[in-house]
Amino acid sequence: MNWSDLALTPEQISAIELSLRVGLAATFCSLPFAVFVAYALARWNFPGKMLFDAFVHLPLVLPPVVTGLVLLLTFGRKAPVGAFLADHFGIVFAFRWTGAALASAVMGFPLMVRAIRLSLEAVDPRLERAASSLGAPPPAVFLLVTLPLAAPGLIAGAVLGFAKALGEFGATITFVSNIPGETRTIPAAIYTLTQTPGGDMGALSLSIIAAGLAISALVASELLARRMRPRRKVSS
Amino acid sequence: MIEVDVALSRGDFDLNVSFASSAGVTALFGPSGSGKSTLIDLIAGLARADRGRIVVGGRVLADSGKGIFLSTRKRRVGLVFQDAMLFPHLNVRQNLRFGAFFAPRGARRLPMGEVVDKLGIGALMDRRPIDLSGGERQRVGVARALLAAPDILLMDEPFASLDVARRRKAMGLVEMTRDQFAIPIVLVSHQIEEVMRLAGQVVMIERGKVREVGAPEAIFASARPENPSERFGVGSSLTCTASDFDAHYGLTRLHHPSGEIFAAGKVAAPGATTRIYVKAVDVALARRPPLETSIRTVLKGRIIRVAGGDGALALALLELAGGEQLYASLTRMAADELRLAPGVEVFALVKAVALDEREMAAG
Repeated sequence: MNWSDLALTPEQISAIELSLRVGLAATFCSLPFAVFVAYALARWNFPGKMLFDAFVHLPLVLPPVVTGLVLLLTFGRKAPVGAFLADHFGIVFAFRWTGAALASAVMGFPLMVRAIRLSLEAVDPRLERAASSLGAPPPAVFLLVTLPLAAPGLIAGAVLGFAKALGEFGATITFVSNIPGETRTIPAAIYTLTQTPGGDMGALSLSIIAAGLAISALVASELLARRMRPRRKVSS
Repeated sequence: MIEVDVALSRGDFDLNVSFASSAGVTALFGPSGSGKSTLIDLIAGLARADRGRIVVGGRVLADSGKGIFLSTRKRRVGLVFQDAMLFPHLNVRQNLRFGAFFAPRGARRLPMGEVVDKLGIGALMDRRPIDLSGGERQRVGVARALLAAPDILLMDEPFASLDVARRRKAMGLVEMTRDQFAIPIVLVSHQIEEVMRLAGQVVMIERGKVREVGAPEAIFASARPENPSERFGVGSSLTCTASDFDAHYGLTRLHHPSGEIFAAGKVAAPGATTRIYVKAVDVALARRPPLETSIRTVLKGRIIRVAGGDGALALALLELAGGEQLYASLTRMAADELRLAPGVEVFALVKAVALDEREMAAG
């Protein structure tokens, strides 16, 4: 084994860059939706809530290939929603990195919702009532009280979503294929390398990078959550 | 002025309460589960009555007949919770600003500096709620509620999480709020001591119904057969040191700064600190040291106040030597004939004492 084989090729570096871009886009674009859905599930009672909850969790239990297929049939170039978005807003998902971000966002969504919902449920509703009694309108109560108190869970959810996006493979490859520089994320690149004779070392080095990214994301989230937690009594 | 007339039915609990009060402090008094806290929720708009009308200071907060139901944030009610409910992610200053920021534009706002000074929380401004003691949190909670310019303060058992000594201090806080800020207060309590000291009007609630409305002395000193002071036990707890047990007579001798107390049975080991409870109805008063009486326990003290009203009975509050307080129930006639006025020295004849397990349980 030659250690210099672990050095990254330009294709691998582009896969890493792409994965980070896809992961960040997926996380930040889906976060507001995840917060909304988590809040609805945590605080509201509405007919069909159980069904809605199950629907949100669907990507977690469906084979990723099926999710990818559903995305393809919905957001593909000729599919109804995909065609509409392309014609009216110029947003194209099919075979673009944006499609990879969409697939990753959908796959990571249930994980984000779960983490955020738990932290929202842990917020004492009496604090929100106290805020209302002080005259704060509902959006202010949410932004100034609920959200800051749920922030550690929000960060945890975002990191989970990000880590999931970095590792997403099945839905992405089904939906947007495996185009170098456009949709070939780290997992797709690893898969391609394992299918190539002599690509094992390249696959290994990308795997090490993937593990490193995932671990740094987790550590960063833990540090952030620790900083946000109310400080313990220091003296006296 | 507050007017409440509400009905609510939840499962097998029925609430049907109607009262009006213009006292500085109106106490909702009754055993737990009687519906006091539900009433607070209804006044604050946190719960909706099946039927009813709530008016505070001339503003209609809810009127089912006219389909009026103001949301909590429009009611201008200051809520003071049992555990203060300060926002844990904000420091004291930010908590106070939260209250001030959302105060309605036209309302009579209190200057932050004045509130902070009067409540003595100036040194706490940069601290987080987690670094405050229970009493400090309570003061900040009151300040925060006041800064939101409420028409009324609702306090739901604000002292319940404090120990006996801190509770006394916290009562001073409520008195101060009442006297300095001139905002009517509705206080939920099941402690007679609190109600006697703070309230101008008591609404006694039992199983969702108003049992009685009136001045505290009229309610707790009343002479009817089902005497509330008997049932709820207006009384005082005293801290004593156990001395010795007289096996021949079966009595334990207890030392108190104001005199010796005899308790039936072996209540404590010699030297142990004990709290005993003396019911107001078990205390008689004399102006001079009584001679040849059957009562063994005679304590020396001074009258702080006599609450009479129009009824037959009155309630006297004494300060005993050593600083503790004692309630005595007597007829209004006796109070007049003995010329019991604040400052008068008296001897309290205590007929019976009990170990104060309530206080011990409360810590």
